[in-house]
Order: sequence, then C-alpha cells, then structure tokens
Amino acid sequence: MPGAIYAEGLVKTFGDVRALDGVDLDVPEGTVLGLLGPNGAGKTTAVRVLTTLLQPDSGKAFVAGIDVLKHPNEVRRNIGLSGQFAAVDEYLTGRENLQMVGQLYQQSAKAAKARAVELLERFNLTDAADRTTKTYSGGMRRRLDLAAALVVSPPVMFMDEPTTGLDPRNRQQLWGIIEELVAGGTTLLLTTQYLEEADHLAHDICVIDHGQVIARGTADELKARTGGERVEVVVHERDQITPTHDVLAGFGKGEVMVAQHTRKLTVPVTGGAKLLAEIIRELDARGVEIDDIGLRRPTLDDVFISLTGHAAEEGRANGDGPGDGTTAAKSARPSDTITDPKESAK
Amino acid sequence: MSAVTEASPKALAPPPRGGVVQSVRDSLVVAKRNLIRMMRIPEMIIFGLIQPIMFVVLFTYVFGGSINIPGAPSGSAQAYREFLMAGIFAQTVTFATAGAGAGIADDMHKGLIDRFRSLPMARGAVLTGRTLADLVQTALTLVVLAAVALIIGWRTHENIGSVLAGFGLLLFLGYAFSWIGALIGLIVRTPEAATSGGLIWLFPLTFISNAFVPVNGMPSFLQHVAEWNPFSATVQAARELFGNTIPGREASVTGAWPMEHPVWASLIWSVLIIVVFRTLAVRRYRSATA
Repeated sequence: MPGAIYAEGLVKTFGDVRALDGVDLDVPEGTVLGLLGPNGAGKTTAVRVLTTLLQPDSGKAFVAGIDVLKHPNEVRRNIGLSGQFAAVDEYLTGRENLQMVGQLYQQSAKAAKARAVELLERFNLTDAADRTTKTYSGGMRRRLDLAAALVVSPPVMFMDEPTTGLDPRNRQQLWGIIEELVAGGTTLLLTTQYLEEADHLAHDICVIDHGQVIARGTADELKARTGGERVEVVVHERDQITPTHDVLAGFGKGEVMVAQHTRKLTVPVTGGAKLLAEIIRELDARGVEIDDIGLRRPTLDDVFISLTGHAAEEGRANGDGPGDGTTAAKSARPSDTITDPKESAK
Repeated sequence: MSAVTEASPKALAPPPRGGVVQSVRDSLVVAKRNLIRMMRIPEMIIFGLIQPIMFVVLFTYVFGGSINIPGAPSGSAQAYREFLMAGIFAQTVTFATAGAGAGIADDMHKGLIDRFRSLPMARGAVLTGRTLADLVQTALTLVVLAAVALIIGWRTHENIGSVLAGFGLLLFLGYAFSWIGALIGLIVRTPEAATSGGLIWLFPLTFISNAFVPVNGMPSFLQHVAEWNPFSATVQAARELFGNTIPGREASVTGAWPMEHPVWASLIWSVLIIVVFRTLAVRRYRSATA
C-alpha cells in the first residue's frame, strides 16, 4: 500500500529546464520526509505538484490515498501548506486570517471563529490576535502561517523551507511545534536547505538535485555512506597551523583541510579515540597550543556536499571522500547552500 | 508554546457543498477580506478619488467655455457641465480595472494566491471576491464624485429611478472592467505593472469616445470608432437616463446602433466583457504560478 504521500515518475519542465526529472517519493503515514537540495533543485516544484498548485507534465501523485491529478479539491481538504510561498494577508489581523482560511476550508463561520481562538492560543499569538500581521515579527508570521495550515488538522502537511530566515530561538520553537504534530500522527513533507533541520526532524531524507533524487535513506544511512570520521583541530595561534598540518598529514587518511580564519584543520582518519590521543600527544610534544580538538562523525552537510558535488562532476573520476566533495561543491554551488544554520545563526 | 493536545489528525475539512452555494459563500468571504483591506489602506481610496475630482474640475473650468455642445448656445458652460459628467463618471468606473489588477498581482506576488489555490474553495471565488469588493469601492467613489458634480452645478433632469438606473449601468460597466483587470493582474507579475497595464489602454479607450467631447468634431473614421466603442454606449445611456442630452438632437452622428439604443448596448457590452474575461481569468487562475 502506498504511503500518505506517494509520487511516481514526476516530470515538470519549464522551457528548457527540467525542474522535475522523474521524481519518485513514498512517505509512510505518520512519518517525516526531509526533501533536501540546493536552490533550484526542484524541491519547491515537487511540493507545488503534490499540493495541486502545479500540473506535472507526466507522472502520478497520490496524497492521503487520493489522486492529485484527478481529484485536486479532495486532496485540498486533506492537506495543509505552509512555508515560503503560502502567505498570510498583512492587512488582516491574525484572527481574521485564521477565520478566513477556516471558512475557505468550508468550516462554518462559527466553527472557524472557535478554531482561530484555539490556534492563536496554541501558537502563542493571543496577545497579537487583533493586530494586523504587518506588525508581526518574522517568527510570529511563520507561526501564524503554520497555524493557517493547521486549521483543519490535516492528516498530511507540506512545509516548504519553514524556518528559512528565522533566528535560532524561533527555529527551535517551530521545530518543537513540528515534533508535536508528528507525534500526533501527521505525515509531513518538509523541504529545507538546513541539513541540521532535516537531521533533527526527518525520519527519511531525500536529496534532490537537478530535478532528480540523487540519494535517499535515513540520516544515519546517508552519513555512513559518505565516509568515516575526521579529526578537527583548532589551534591557538595562526603560526601553529603549519606544524599542525604536518602532524595531521602523518596520521590522516586523506588531504588536510585548512580554514585559515578560524585556525581549524580537518583530516579524515581511521582509528578513533586511540588515534586522537596519539595526535594530542604529538601536538603537545611540538608545543602546539590547542583551543579545541575532537573526533567528528560526518554531518549531513558532508553528505550533501559530497552528493551534490559528485553530481556536479558527473562523468569524471569519483573522489568520494568528504574532502574531495568539499572542493568540488565549493566550485559548483553557491556557498549559502552549504551553510550550517548553527554556525551562521550564533 | 502551550502543550498540544490535538486528538487526532483525522479531523478533516467539512465536505465542500459544491455548486453555486459554495461559490457565493467563498466569494463573499474573499470580498469581505478585500473590503477590510481597503478600509485599512484608506490612502488607496483617497487617491482613487482625487483623480476623478481633478478631472471634473479641470474639464469643467478649463475646457468648459471652449467646447461647443451641438444644439446648445455657443460656449455654454452649463451645457458642457451636464454633458461631461456622465463621461467622467464612466471613466472613473473603468479605473476599477487598475485596482483589481494591482490587487490580484499583489496577492500573486505575496503568495496569497498559492494559499487560496491550496484550499478546497470554489474556483472563481478569489477573483469574484476581488471584483465584488472593487464594485463597492467604485460605488463609494461615484457617490463622492456625484456630490462634487452637484456642487459645481451638474443637474439631472429625469426622475430618481431613471438617474439610479444610469448609475446602475455605470457600476455594471465598472464591474465588467474589473474582470479585465483581474486577468491583467494574473498575467503580469508585479502590482506596479498591473497598475500601468490596467491604465494605459484606458486612455485611448475613454478619449476616442463621446465622453469628453461630442464626436461631431472627430474625423469620420474616428466617429465610427467612437460610436461603436463599448465605453460610449454606457456614457450615452447614462446621459439619457440623467436627462443630460440636448433636447431634439440626434443621439448619433453615424447612425451607429449602440448610440440609438444605448441602454441595451451598454448592458450587452458589459455582459459580453464579463463572460469573456471571467472565463479567461478563471482559467488563468487555475494554472497561476507566482
């Protein structure tokens, strides 16, 4: 039996661009799928097709068991949409926005009113309920937007980059809400550029690039596929970078990456904690003052960089290590797609 | 964040009623939303009023003494004043095009159309709601404008029923034109483009007509264009219903049917515009992409 969100061979072209080039998706009921990919990869197009906003050129799509192409209005009753392109009216108050959406979901005026009160309470917007949303902060607006998507407690939710542009506190808050929803049994498809977000929220991850799914699996599976652990060292003085580089080159299993500004050196290793201890002793012996050192497992960032970098270099000899991937990705992608929100937000 | 105690995610939206009832209801929900917006952006209404008031005053006092109305005493300012008002009123109602266009384009731009399109609502309701709200705004504008016109000396010479019928035809024309605006708003991508796209073609349309000057002075070719112009039919109809025509003067120079039967012509033109542009706009809406 297909999942709550199911797509097979979705194709959508805009002129010469194949925004979707044969995408298959299957999201079991009650789970979260994280759709990951750089800008222009086709994530938003996929969401637009699944939420009845866009007709695919070919392929099948079912949401909550209903054929999206044959019964779009039936699908609309069962979904909530939130994110970068489902907006709220800035000249209406929070309450008016929710009431309007409720009525357009075909609730009675009375039911819509009662539901708006509930949602405003739940999303901490009661105090701002009767102010126009123009006056809301970005975080408040996102919460209202999400509330609007939840007016009928739809069994299937779509969120397109729900936390883009939010500060860390608001992001955490929104994650909390999303987790509660999923705990309640909602099926969720989430697109994001933040790998941390997918790691945190998604059961399964689908990496999409140039309109094609280039990898899928759990976060752990994808990390395992990308490669082993690394040692990261931050030295105290910039002139200690060179001696540290020499030490790491001796112990490592690949190229040493150096970030001059942050005085951070990274090298892929095998050997775990024992090796880490050896490296520390060696650095100590050479009088290198260490600010931070640690053994890191690959993050989804590494996975992403490796995968999309790889895709960009199609047809060439494959360098599968995270190091090689980084180099390839840096030349091929805008750097903002590989920014870790934890780093940039703090 | 308060604790979530959502019983189950299965609480679906009520089944759509479907049909006309749902269409009307959804349209009214959207119309209400647009009216609330208009009230909260009063400068839009005020700017919408300034232009026609300026036209009334400028045309009356600048051109009024120089334009001869056939059959009226030469240079009669009062004759021109009465002749002019139906034209200004009609031009004003067609400006609803720009309002509807800009509003829809803004909704597209801000992502509201996507929100609406993801809801189980009637297909044409977003556009119908917008055009209904514009109709209310147009009616308000006409009330103010008529008051200004009365102050500077415009008078009607028919009974109140006939005068109201004249305003009714004007409003109907404005409603029809707001559907043209809705289509423009869905096609262009920014509110700015929708505003200018909704206005530029209105100038030739409203000037190559009987609205501001009698068609007698135009070249013969333009006389035909002007008298078949959909816009002229409503102007002529309103003029007759207000009693602002010159007694004993032929309605038409070229003998065009719409000028001989302006009320029917006005109704037919407006219905035709609505049918064509509503069909095109709703079709466009269904595949709209921001």
